Amino acid sequence: MAAMFSQNPLMNGPNYSISDTPRINAPEGAREHRFDPYTDNGGSTLAIAGADFTIMAGDTRLASGYSINTRHYPKLFKIGGTTADQKDATIVLSVVGFAADGEALKERLDTICKMYRYRHGKPMSVKACAQRLSTILYQKRFFPYYAYAILGGLDEEGKGAVYSYDPVGSYEREQCRAGGAAASLIMPFLDNQVNFKNQYVPNSGEGHALQERERRPLTRSEVEVLVKDAFDGAVERHIEVGDGLQIMAITKDGIEEVMLPLKKD
Amino acid sequence: MPGFDFSNYNRNAALHARGVPLPKATSTGTTIVGCIYDGGVVIAADTRATSGPIVADKNCEKLHYIAPNIWCAGAGTAADTEFTTNLISSNLELHALSTGRKPRVVTCMTMLKQHLFRYQGYIGAYLVVAGVDPTGTHLFTVHAHGSTDKLPYVTMGSGSLAAMSVFETQWKPSLTQDEAVKLCADAIEAGIWNDLGSGSNVDVAIITAEKTTLRRNYIKPNERTQKLKSYVFPKGTTAVLNEKIIHKEDLSKFVSVHELTEESGDVMEVDA
Amino acid sequence: MANPFSINGGACVAMVGKDCVAIACDLRLGLQALTVSNNFPKVFQYGDSVFLGLTGLATDVSTVADLFRYKVNMYRLREERHIAPRTFANLVSTSLYERRFGSYFVSPVVAGLEPKTGAPFICGFDSIGCIDFAKDFIVSGTATEQLYGMCESLWEPNLGPDELFETISQALLSAVDRDALSGWGAHVYIIEKDKVTKRLLKGRQD
Repeated sequence: MAAMFSQNPLMNGPNYSISDTPRINAPEGAREHRFDPYTDNGGSTLAIAGADFTIMAGDTRLASGYSINTRHYPKLFKIGGTTADQKDATIVLSVVGFAADGEALKERLDTICKMYRYRHGKPMSVKACAQRLSTILYQKRFFPYYAYAILGGLDEEGKGAVYSYDPVGSYEREQCRAGGAAASLIMPFLDNQVNFKNQYVPNSGEGHALQERERRPLTRSEVEVLVKDAFDGAVERHIEVGDGLQIMAITKDGIEEVMLPLKKD
Repeated sequence: MPGFDFSNYNRNAALHARGVPLPKATSTGTTIVGCIYDGGVVIAADTRATSGPIVADKNCEKLHYIAPNIWCAGAGTAADTEFTTNLISSNLELHALSTGRKPRVVTCMTMLKQHLFRYQGYIGAYLVVAGVDPTGTHLFTVHAHGSTDKLPYVTMGSGSLAAMSVFETQWKPSLTQDEAVKLCADAIEAGIWNDLGSGSNVDVAIITAEKTTLRRNYIKPNERTQKLKSYVFPKGTTAVLNEKIIHKEDLSKFVSVHELTEESGDVMEVDA
Repeated sequence: MANPFSINGGACVAMVGKDCVAIACDLRLGLQALTVSNNFPKVFQYGDSVFLGLTGLATDVSTVADLFRYKVNMYRLREERHIAPRTFANLVSTSLYERRFGSYFVSPVVAGLEPKTGAPFICGFDSIGCIDFAKDFIVSGTATEQLYGMCESLWEPNLGPDELFETISQALLSAVDRDALSGWGAHVYIIEKDKVTKRLLKGRQD
């Protein structure tokens, strides 16, 4: 071995007592060829549906390994507008995972939405767009897009709608969802603060008879506060999350976008 | 050397042979640096400790005491840097006592490299050793396998390249103390911002022939912003099925040891 | 074969409050996805205000808990005084590092009050004894990430004993509900200067 270790201790794998995981014994002289087309670019996203709005958010860090590739990489994309700047779009797609696949997926879905509008003379509904996205993902079942997608918009009744996906197209409509690197940090917080899970009404009974705290739709300002606090928490504890916070609010009046700073270490 | 207990080794090795992955140790994915100046030496470190992609400790101490005039910055497996520097610190003190001389930096570096070489890299300690002794000012790096370097400015850890880029553009052969501190702090900051394994604050230690100054949290560029909302719950929000209160007086009925008070006279002399 | 740290599952968390500390654990004992017991506490008491939480491989949890009971009893006999949390933390650290090359598969958490000053003390360890001294909270177990997310957003400084109880309980319950390997009820200890309150929480039984 030329260099027993690199200058960088972490590049030597776990600095631990037993240096390497045992490999399956290959026959003498056999060489394994591998194709590694995926990278995990880190980052995290979040979407919450309200009574008449949907808020989507994502950090803007693009990382690979211990490096930051850029601090200004948006993970939220407006889908299906009539123009290149998407100013009349009504649907937002967020993607985390492998950035190149995310970008490709977004382009594909956007093209399809635009073609739909051209053919049918009307914009695609979120419900239809959600089903189509599932199909796109499943079409690549055995060479998947490495992307965790969340689709947000307003449904036919004008209520907030959030659809979340796995990389091969399994999807579900939900009240809220966190995706990406810090999903496991943010999701329990959302359960507790959006759906009031594990919260009971004080003095409403003894032990098992206690009444659960009733769910109510959150206001837009309440949701915006939760989003910022959720990301601030994630930035503290997850090294791949940080730099900037991109927030999009989808209402009947269109999509509002804000950028907030996050910690950069 | 007495110390390590290998009695679980065979169990764990057997598990490992069946494909059990290694335990995840806290690693200081770290930026550490050191720089000699006219009249002393400065070492500095960031304060983030990680376990995989998760930050385990936001403000840990990576500058370790060896002797009053010798300090160490550690990267790699956190437990190894801590215990290795403690062990060498101890042995160096005994050595200084038996020789009746002040400990020397080369002695410390040699003890470290011999200890680490004996363990063939399995003790994952990557160290920057710095100090001033009767023979002058010294700065070394020691790698986990036992190799060492002696240079006027050094960096180690996952942020070593970011930090070295600062030294390579700004270092000059003659530096004042303030310049050296600034240079080291800037190098650490480069690691904090550009290396995901490093973060939070900058710790600095300045060692001169006269004294050592430890500047814990010399720069704090990453204070957490105020939360937008308080998440305190009203009393009774959580469902409780059973409650038991143990008062300290009740407990003393079952435990026979009593704290001696100052008045009771025969207080055993115990170090504070 | 699975990671020893996630065969049996379990979660533990400790938090600092105003003149009090809290430590809590879930009650699940599993064999991979199969739950074997819903009464396997992971917090152990070693003095009137010295507590140790242990998550990881259940066999090692029991072994290490007993080992420290022995070590703490020997300390008390030799020194004729109770062990202080900080001393206990160093005992845990050195005992784990002694087995650097054949470690116990546990992630311990220590919580208590300093005997002289009554100041809160908490710390956590990795499986080879590196101490993490924290001023806010310590988490361990298979729900580590979930607990970090909860604690980082719910915790704030100077919580009183009742507020601290609600905060740590909500943090633990919500965290374990998003972890398949922990949950099935919880124990919470609130440690104050003159008393310790132990509560059993209602949690999802799935």
